Amino acid sequence: MQQAKTLSAHPARRVRWMNRDRAIALLMIAPSALAIAVFVYGFIGWTAYISMTDWRGLAISTSFVGFDNYLTIFSTGRFQTNIRNLIVFTLFFLASCLVIGLLLAVLIDSRIRFEGFFRSVYIFPMALSFIVTGVVWQWLFAPGNWPNDPTGINLLFKQAGLGFLQAAWTTDTNVVPGWRIEGLRTRIGIPMAMIPVVVAAVWQMSGFVMAMYLAGLRGIPDEIKEAARVDGATEWQVFRNITLPMLQPITLSAVIILGHISLKIFDLIITMTGGAPGNNTEVPGLYMYEITFKANKFAEGAAVAMVMLVVVALLVVPYLIYNRRTEVER
Amino acid sequence: MSATRWLKLFGVFSILALVLAACGGAPATTQPTAAPAQPTTAPAPTGGGKLEIFSWWTNAGEADGLNAMFELYKQQNPGVEIINATVAGGAGTNAKTVLKTRLQGGQPPDSWQVHAGKELTAYVDAGQMEPLTQFFKEQGFDKVMPAKLLEQITYNGEIWSVPVNIHRSNVLWYNIKIFQENGLTPPKTIDDFFTVAESLKAKGIIPLAVGGKDRFETPHLFESVLLAVFGPEDYPKLFQPGADWSDPRVRQAAEIAKRMLEYSNSDRSSLGWADAAQLVLDGKAAMTIMGDWAHGYFIGKGAKVGVDYGYAPAPGNEGVFMWLSDSFGLAKGAPNPQQAKAWLALCGSREGQDAFNPKKGSIPARTDADVSLYDEYLQYSIKAFGSEKLVPSIVHGAAAPEAYMTEYGNALNVFASDLDVDAVVEALQDAVKDLK
Repeated sequence: MQQAKTLSAHPARRVRWMNRDRAIALLMIAPSALAIAVFVYGFIGWTAYISMTDWRGLAISTSFVGFDNYLTIFSTGRFQTNIRNLIVFTLFFLASCLVIGLLLAVLIDSRIRFEGFFRSVYIFPMALSFIVTGVVWQWLFAPGNWPNDPTGINLLFKQAGLGFLQAAWTTDTNVVPGWRIEGLRTRIGIPMAMIPVVVAAVWQMSGFVMAMYLAGLRGIPDEIKEAARVDGATEWQVFRNITLPMLQPITLSAVIILGHISLKIFDLIITMTGGAPGNNTEVPGLYMYEITFKANKFAEGAAVAMVMLVVVALLVVPYLIYNRRTEVER
Repeated sequence: MSATRWLKLFGVFSILALVLAACGGAPATTQPTAAPAQPTTAPAPTGGGKLEIFSWWTNAGEADGLNAMFELYKQQNPGVEIINATVAGGAGTNAKTVLKTRLQGGQPPDSWQVHAGKELTAYVDAGQMEPLTQFFKEQGFDKVMPAKLLEQITYNGEIWSVPVNIHRSNVLWYNIKIFQENGLTPPKTIDDFFTVAESLKAKGIIPLAVGGKDRFETPHLFESVLLAVFGPEDYPKLFQPGADWSDPRVRQAAEIAKRMLEYSNSDRSSLGWADAAQLVLDGKAAMTIMGDWAHGYFIGKGAKVGVDYGYAPAPGNEGVFMWLSDSFGLAKGAPNPQQAKAWLALCGSREGQDAFNPKKGSIPARTDADVSLYDEYLQYSIKAFGSEKLVPSIVHGAAAPEAYMTEYGNALNVFASDLDVDAVVEALQDAVKDLK
């Protein structure tokens, strides 16, 4: 991208398709390009191929079975539950992160004291690994034998005299509203045990969104806002009609970054709930790990992996196309 | 030379390098697989070389036991360098992930830890193990291990691994103080269990502690219920290919398990098996049904058997010993077959098993162990293993292949959450397709 820009900026130097500069540049990127071709795209292709074979057991088998494995996994109640959980997790996680991140950014941007301190406090959880977050929040959200002998957050509530706030948290088996639809082997709704998992994920990532928004807010020229105020706009109108629209590219980037984390989530959930209760917090990443490495159903595991790839691609590819278009416009 | 040609040349070299690197992973290093036969009963000194042993024994007792065996091995085979390849975590799941990757890449360790019984059939089917029936005869293992055990670890007419230890899965652990204070005795039958549970519940004590975080606790509980309902003759038949799970007794077992879970702690899914055991030790719960690694856990916590906690067969499991076993096999294409055979000879020997098991907190797979080396519970267990009926555990790899274990386990984990008898019966019937 950078290379293309410099070249087009100096049209005089663009003599032949291959000059010395270009050759060296290509030479430099060749090793990594090749490595990516083999170890990323090659293996994606391999996984796609495996997902259409009947490879079960430890010995590789390459008989072609078409989309059978996809039909198998989509017909299991477990994978349907996984997909439901993934949608719920992603929606709640994205929405909460964006709202809280924006709120924090606006607060910090309002020239408060100790700004640097608060900024660090909010962004600090991002320095942790999801594994650590998962373990710590698992302890916090373990309900214990509540309401009489609680642990974690429930114990805090009890000691603070807020006993009525105690809940089953990660052990809540309810799915709200839990509709059953003919032909689906899972219940439609929000698995309540997923809420604590979302809280932990938001705790970790909202600081990052705050940092992005803060950069965005600082990038909005004061003159525009001043001009609006001079024209008699209220602070809310300024925020609504100037700040928010100008933050739109930031929001888009945040959605893409958080979205691909969320759709591939594995480490947080395996440490925090392991997918329990039942499969109520299980996501495709966990399912893939289990059926591939525990049940030795390598082909079905590969099919789950391909579904995950497609889901992430649905999010990322339009963004890349959009990005390319806007760059061309510039 | 022009830039274009340089580029082409470079490209060719890069591709070559990558191809070579990829080939490096293939079994280019395979050594002769036909291991020289070892006719001696005592392992011959191997005179140097290396030995790679792969396991997930990293915790206190088990790692000590493994090291005790390594010490013995070094005495018997001076000069052999032992590579102790361990991968911690996930009750072996993480280790198996690494192992399977290595096997597929054609880089097997000489010998690896595997649950004896059906779990290892996947490796056998993939042609990754050497049969050991002849080796068993040479070493005389077939005479000192129970015939029933040998029968249950035989697959395709051959024995494939050497059991190092035996754990018992169907044990009821209880808090002695609670039982004494309430004038109760450990329940012998399922009906007893519910009587005891009801009177404990009335006093505000959790009758049964059950975990769920390690994803095997409810499946584990259910295998003892299945055994109680089906009995030692019919229970093993449930894991034959094409077994009949439409038997009404499956539903009966599920109903019992449902009632049992209703007498257990509601925060099951946030507790591991050890947390559940801790509830019993703390006097918050009265009983838990767990394998005898719980005994190791209690001892580690400084509790005394017979004082703080007691043991009994799981309700309805009297006179039946549900076993699981860690074992070691011989890799096909093992880099050091001779050293590996010396290792297997040690694993199956009385000396090796008596060095390993008291530390691991399990009993030897041989029936001629030196009983004086073991503590009270283990002595009881050794006696039971020698005299009671033996049936294999599902959850711990003895009775069924891994694909089935996964389906069975998930069915029961979902059951632990929604207590839906219809659903679990349907899921269990569905899982039969993975029995083979």
